[in-house]
Amino acid sequence: MDIGLAHYLSLAAILFTIGVAGIILNHKNIIIILMSVELILLSVNINLVAFSTFAGDLTGQVFALLILTVAAAEAAIGLAILVAYYRNRGSIAVEDINALKG
Amino acid sequence: MGWAFSLRLMAAEDVLSLAALVMILLIAWLGDRSARAMTWLAVLAIAGSALFVIPDLTSGAMGPGVSGFYGQYSADAFASFAKILIDISAIASLLVAPAFFARVAGGMRPEYPLLLLLAVLGMGLMVSATNLITLYIGLELNSLASYVLAAMLRSDERSAEAGLKYFVLGALASGILLFGMSLVYGFAGSVDFLGLRAALHGPVAVGAIFGITFMFAGLAFKISAVPFHMWTPDVYEGAPTPVTTFFATAAKTAALAMTMRVALMAFGREVHAWQQVVIFAALASIIVGALGAIGQTNIKRLLAYSSINNVGFILIGLACATPGGAAAMLTYMAIYVAMSVGSFLVVLMMKDETGEPVESIADLAGLSRHRKVLALCFAMVMFALAGIPPLFGFWGKFVVFQAAVSAGLVPLAAIGIAASVIGAFYYLKIVKIMYFDEPAMRITGKSDALHQAILLLSAVAISPLGYLATKWLAGVSYAAATGLFAVG
Repeated sequence: MDIGLAHYLSLAAILFTIGVAGIILNHKNIIIILMSVELILLSVNINLVAFSTFAGDLTGQVFALLILTVAAAEAAIGLAILVAYYRNRGSIAVEDINALKG
Repeated sequence: MGWAFSLRLMAAEDVLSLAALVMILLIAWLGDRSARAMTWLAVLAIAGSALFVIPDLTSGAMGPGVSGFYGQYSADAFASFAKILIDISAIASLLVAPAFFARVAGGMRPEYPLLLLLAVLGMGLMVSATNLITLYIGLELNSLASYVLAAMLRSDERSAEAGLKYFVLGALASGILLFGMSLVYGFAGSVDFLGLRAALHGPVAVGAIFGITFMFAGLAFKISAVPFHMWTPDVYEGAPTPVTTFFATAAKTAALAMTMRVALMAFGREVHAWQQVVIFAALASIIVGALGAIGQTNIKRLLAYSSINNVGFILIGLACATPGGAAAMLTYMAIYVAMSVGSFLVVLMMKDETGEPVESIADLAGLSRHRKVLALCFAMVMFALAGIPPLFGFWGKFVVFQAAVSAGLVPLAAIGIAASVIGAFYYLKIVKIMYFDEPAMRITGKSDALHQAILLLSAVAISPLGYLATKWLAGVSYAAATGLFAVG
C-alpha cells in the first residue's frame, strides 16, 4: 500500500484531536496541557510538510521551521509563568486554578 | 522594490524594534531604578512610530506602492488606521502604569514598558501582514509578550493565574489558527493573501472550507467572541489594571483588524464560507455579553463582558462583507477605544484611603456625593457604552446597524438593537448605584493628575463634541476599508 497525502493528513488530524482533547479533558496537571499544546503544533507541522512535499512547494517547510522556533519560545514562556504560579500557590493541579471565577 | 524600500515602508516597526533592543540593553545595565525613564522612552518610541504611520492614512508615505517584502507586508490606509488606534491605546496604558505599580506593588518593573513595546511591534505586524507566515509571527510576538504582561505582578496569586489561563487558552487558539492555516495552505496552494484571494472563489475543496472554519475559530479566541470568550473575564479581572486596559483596547483592535484583513482580503471572494459563522458569533457575543454582565460584582469582570458585547456589535459590520460594513467596524473601533480607555481609567482611580485598588461594584454606591467629577465621567462612559444619544457611543452602534440594513441583514440588525436594550440595563444599574444608593465611602483615595488628564481626554472624545468628527471619521474609515476590497 502506498502512503499518500491522505495518510499524513489523517495522522495530523488524529494528533490534533488528541492535543485538543488533552487540554479540555485533562483534570490533573498543567504540564500535560503544555505537552498537548506541543502536540497540536507538531500536527500542524506534519500537515505543512506533507502538503509542501506533495505540492513541490517549499513554503510549507519554511513555515514549519518557523513554527518550531516559535513553539520553543512559547514553551519557555509557559514554563516561566507556571513557575511563577507554583510559587504563589504551591500546586499545579488543574482543579486548583480557581481564584478567578464568577 | 528593493530591501531599502521595504525597510522604509515598515519604518514604524523599525523604530519600535530598535527602541526595544536599546531598552533591553539599558534595562540590563541600569536595573529596576530605570522603570520610569523606560516608560517615557517607550512612549517616545511609540509616538515616533506613529509619526511614520499617520501619513499613510491619506496618501501613503511612499506613494501608491504600499506592499513590501515581496507582498508579505502592506502599509495601506487600513493598517495605518489600526496602528494609530493601537498606538493611542498603548501610550495610555503606559502613562497610567507608574502610579499604579508604585502603590500596588511598591514600585514598577522596567520590563513592563519593554514587553508592552514588543507587543505593540507584534500588533503592527499583525495588522500589516498580507501573508499567513508574517501574520503568525506578528501574532505570536504580541501574544508571548501579553502572556507575561498578564502575570506581571508575580507575587499576586490572581495575576499569576490570569497569566497562566491566558497562556493556555491563547496557545490553544494559536494552535487552532495554525491548523486552519495549514489546511488553507494545502488546499489553496498559497500563504499569500492575494494568492489565496485568487485561488479561493466559486466551489472550493472541502478541506479549504475546513481550514477557513478553523482559522475563524482561532481568530474568535483572539478577539474574545462567543463561543471562545471564556478566558476574557478571568484574564481581565486577574491582570493588573494597566495591562487590562492594554488588552481591552490595543490587543482587541489589533486582533479585530487582523480578522478583517483575513476575512475580507484573503477570503473576500469566498464570503459564503464564513458569513454564517460570523453572524452566529456576532449575535452570540452580543447576547452572552449582555446577560453575563448582569450578575457580576467585580467591575473589571463587568467591563470584560461589556467588551465581549462590543465585539459582537463590531462583528455585525464584518458579517455585512461590504466596504460600508468594514468602514462601520473601523468607526466603531475608534469610538470603542475611547470608551474603553475611559472606563478602565475610572477603575484605576477607584482606590481606598491607603491606595489599595477597590474593584467591587457595591463600593461605587453613592460615589456622586463625594467624588462628583469621577462619578460624572463614569456615568458618561456607561451611557456611551449603552449607546444612548447624545453621547458618541451611540454613533458607533448607529453606523454598524446602518451598514447591516443596507447589506440586507435586517434581522441581524433588529436582534442587535433588541439585545443592546438588555445591555443598557446593567450600564444604567451602575449609574443608579453611583447616584441613588447610600454612600459606601470606600473610594476616598486621591487621584493621580496624569490619570485625571487621560480620563478627561477620553470623556471629551465620547461627549457630544465627538459628533464634530463624524464626517472626518467616516471619510477616513471608508478610505481605509475600501483598500481591503480594491485588490485583485
